[in-house]
Amino acid sequence: MHAVVTFHSHFTVSLNLVNVNVPEIRISQVQLPQMPDAQSPKAEAEPAPAGVSEVRKFLMARGNSASADRGFAWLMVLCAFSIFGIVILIASELIIRSQMAWNKFGIAFFYKAVIDPYTNLPSYWDPVNEHFSALPFIYGTLVSSFLSLLLAVPLAIGVAVFLTEMCPGFLRGPLAFLTELLAAIPSVIYGLWAMFVLVPLLREHVNPFLITTLGWTGFFGDDNPTGLGFLAAGIILAIMILPIVSSLTREVMIAVPHSQREAVLALGATRWEMIRMGVLRNARIGIVGAVILGLGRALGETMAVTMVIGNSPVIQRSLLANGSSMASVIANEFAEASGDMHLSALMELGLALFIVTIIVNAIARLLVWAVTRGAPAQVH
Amino acid sequence: MSSAPFALRSKLRTLADHGATAVAIFSTVLVIAPLVAIFIYLVYKGASSLNLDFFIKVPKPVGEAGGGMANAIVGSGILLGLASLIGVPIGIGGGIYLSEFGRGTKLANAVRFTADVLNGVPSIVMGIAAYSLVVVPMHHFSAFSGGVALGIMMIPTVCRTTEEMLLMVPNVVREAALGLGVPNWRSVMAITVKTASPGIITGCMLAFARVAGETAPLIFTAFGNSFWSTGLNQPIAALPLQIWVYAISPYDDWHRLAWAGALVLIILIVLAVSLVRYVTSRGVLKGAS
Amino acid sequence: MGVGIEVINLNAWYGTNHSLQDINLNIPGNQATALIGPSGCGKSTFVRCLNRMHETNPIARVTGTVRIGDVDIYADAKPVEIRRRVGMVFQRPNPFPTMSIYDNVAAGLKLNGYSNRRALDEIVEKSLRNSALWDEVKDDLRKKSGASLSGGQQQRLCIARALAVDPEVLLMDEPASALDPVSTSKIEDLIFQLKSQYTIVIVTHNMQQAARVAEKTGFFLNGRMVEFDSTHKIFTNPSDKRTEDYITGRFG
Repeated sequence: MHAVVTFHSHFTVSLNLVNVNVPEIRISQVQLPQMPDAQSPKAEAEPAPAGVSEVRKFLMARGNSASADRGFAWLMVLCAFSIFGIVILIASELIIRSQMAWNKFGIAFFYKAVIDPYTNLPSYWDPVNEHFSALPFIYGTLVSSFLSLLLAVPLAIGVAVFLTEMCPGFLRGPLAFLTELLAAIPSVIYGLWAMFVLVPLLREHVNPFLITTLGWTGFFGDDNPTGLGFLAAGIILAIMILPIVSSLTREVMIAVPHSQREAVLALGATRWEMIRMGVLRNARIGIVGAVILGLGRALGETMAVTMVIGNSPVIQRSLLANGSSMASVIANEFAEASGDMHLSALMELGLALFIVTIIVNAIARLLVWAVTRGAPAQVH
Repeated sequence: MSSAPFALRSKLRTLADHGATAVAIFSTVLVIAPLVAIFIYLVYKGASSLNLDFFIKVPKPVGEAGGGMANAIVGSGILLGLASLIGVPIGIGGGIYLSEFGRGTKLANAVRFTADVLNGVPSIVMGIAAYSLVVVPMHHFSAFSGGVALGIMMIPTVCRTTEEMLLMVPNVVREAALGLGVPNWRSVMAITVKTASPGIITGCMLAFARVAGETAPLIFTAFGNSFWSTGLNQPIAALPLQIWVYAISPYDDWHRLAWAGALVLIILIVLAVSLVRYVTSRGVLKGAS
Repeated sequence: MGVGIEVINLNAWYGTNHSLQDINLNIPGNQATALIGPSGCGKSTFVRCLNRMHETNPIARVTGTVRIGDVDIYADAKPVEIRRRVGMVFQRPNPFPTMSIYDNVAAGLKLNGYSNRRALDEIVEKSLRNSALWDEVKDDLRKKSGASLSGGQQQRLCIARALAVDPEVLLMDEPASALDPVSTSKIEDLIFQLKSQYTIVIVTHNMQQAARVAEKTGFFLNGRMVEFDSTHKIFTNPSDKRTEDYITGRFG
């Protein structure tokens, strides 16, 4: 039994048909098309040139540019290594220039303070007598940062949940754009607004209210009528870290595969239950990472803090009291530091800040990476 | 089994669902509100203080009304130009390494991780580094040191965004170039980088916008200058720095200038961010896929 | 004129995967040679060894000898030099997206430093004529980008681009597999015409295509070359049972 399969060749000049008899198991006959004449209407080919063409000669003389390639590759490696270079540079400069303070105070710089014999109160930061202790600045940094986390994290997660799971499609773009804009506003402008809008607001309305209602807790004293202080710093910091915590949380939520959501919904869960069990539970490591990243940002934030925290190197329990943070004291005193020891102490503060933010950021990045592994990264 | 407890549970669950939605919406409003408030207040206070003088005059001595921030605007321009000169080439080079030479290697992973971590280091620390590197040997503050501080800040950002954009170039394009016998360096620069160039440029713009608003690293490098100054060797004014100095001063007139400066700064940054968004939404690689 | 290719004991690895094992064959010059075989049998890897593109993958490794003309391409020359003599057309058309049609065709020359404008114009026209694309694009050479053409046109553009550097060998890795039948037949016509000037090695999944265009055919299976003979013999009277099983459709 033969079936005839016909292929139509498109060489109209020479051969029209290629007949192939295809038996059930064997191709028995294949007629190959013959070489067409030199004038085919479809393609125009010139006769083969004799000898080596000019192009070929040119290209053969070009060489293999191995050295150019090598040089280029090394240049790129050098650029990449500049990243390591920057870290090493910063670390070494800070270590070298804080030697003086380190030699004098040792590790006690970070937990001890000299007691002023006249007032029996600790004197933390005394450039005149060269007594320096980092305690009030560590305290101020921690208090303002954690206060900002307390305020920002629930809101940031709420925004992330809304934008990712609940928001109607047409709103999503503009709202995400607005959050991105929030992140782009420079620190000094936040500080400006905080100084002239937030602080008076606190001074006139919020602080008195807090003092009367919550003064009994001891955290809201009434001896600072300026409106500056830890609370002001905490609030403006919260506003500043909101966008980054929120957008990173969104990222980790989006990285949770849809199959997880569907599985929970298929069990008859409400939307909130789906979000809680299907998304947030899976993304919780990444959300922790986002929060830690926000913490890292809050720890190092300088300008807005220095404009509203009061810049007073003392430790007080009241959130309404003036304080100081590590970054803010450097910003305030560095340019006019009186004496080498003063400068060295500030450098040591800078070194501590550097190490802490590096560790915090590294942990945060690792956590976020663990969740979004595989998904395209975004630069924050 | 009676259905009453089930119905009650069901009602509670629905209540929780609605409650969660309400909380989410409430948080969003609470977050967007200060943002809108800040913007509106900025425009309101800043616009009323903006006049032509702002852009062409230098600050008047303390106590005298009038004057402007022309020197700060120009100073920022010089500092940012210097920073870009340092940050853009090195950053793009690093991005090229991560995408074209080191892809998948442990070294590249280390570079990438370090760049991300560096992005989170407080900018004031960068300022200290530049102070140590440049101001101390020179024995005085200078625009050059400010440019170095800002340039160092740009490198990690530009590096990462460049890498991301280069990774989006399809591999077949690279293969086509190599297959023609084009040297590797030429293929990377003239084909791969060129294909990704819209995206790379937007990445640079993002880094630019970010350092344009930075104040802390300039406090003890560029230092600021109340007079007209363009020399790289001298202290120089910068817009965000000037805003800060004026804001914490006790003079109303300087406060007014601070608001005007803030408005100018925010307009520039919003323009940059919007432009970046517009370009990336249109697709940074025309026809490459 | 095309040159012959001599392959001696070629072995190739992707990491630990031994993708090509002891390949020996002689590809005649100025003819079209087809390489057929099921997916993953190594035929694509093989042609990529012929222009040293295989080694662009960091985990790739090659041993053995490949002689193109009288040049041992692994021992006597650098990859960049070889790739100028051995052109490649890929499975999916890949014109440079930021370049016009003219610049695409001229890319291989311009990026190697060729700057003679008038000569470039001639070469571009000649290459486009040789790839049967000239008439369709001659008015838009500099205005249209390479990526704005249809799939079949893009592939012919890639062929023109490969031809512009005047290679001696043209490697085609399933050049028509992503194209519609009309474009496919145009490309097959092209191969017929180009045979007189270049040595063509074409990898194809399509046995009928091999039968139509190639004088010799090689059958690859699991990284080995099972049989290499005249196309007529392969398709009518193969010596190896595995070849016969493949061409009659028992597998692959």
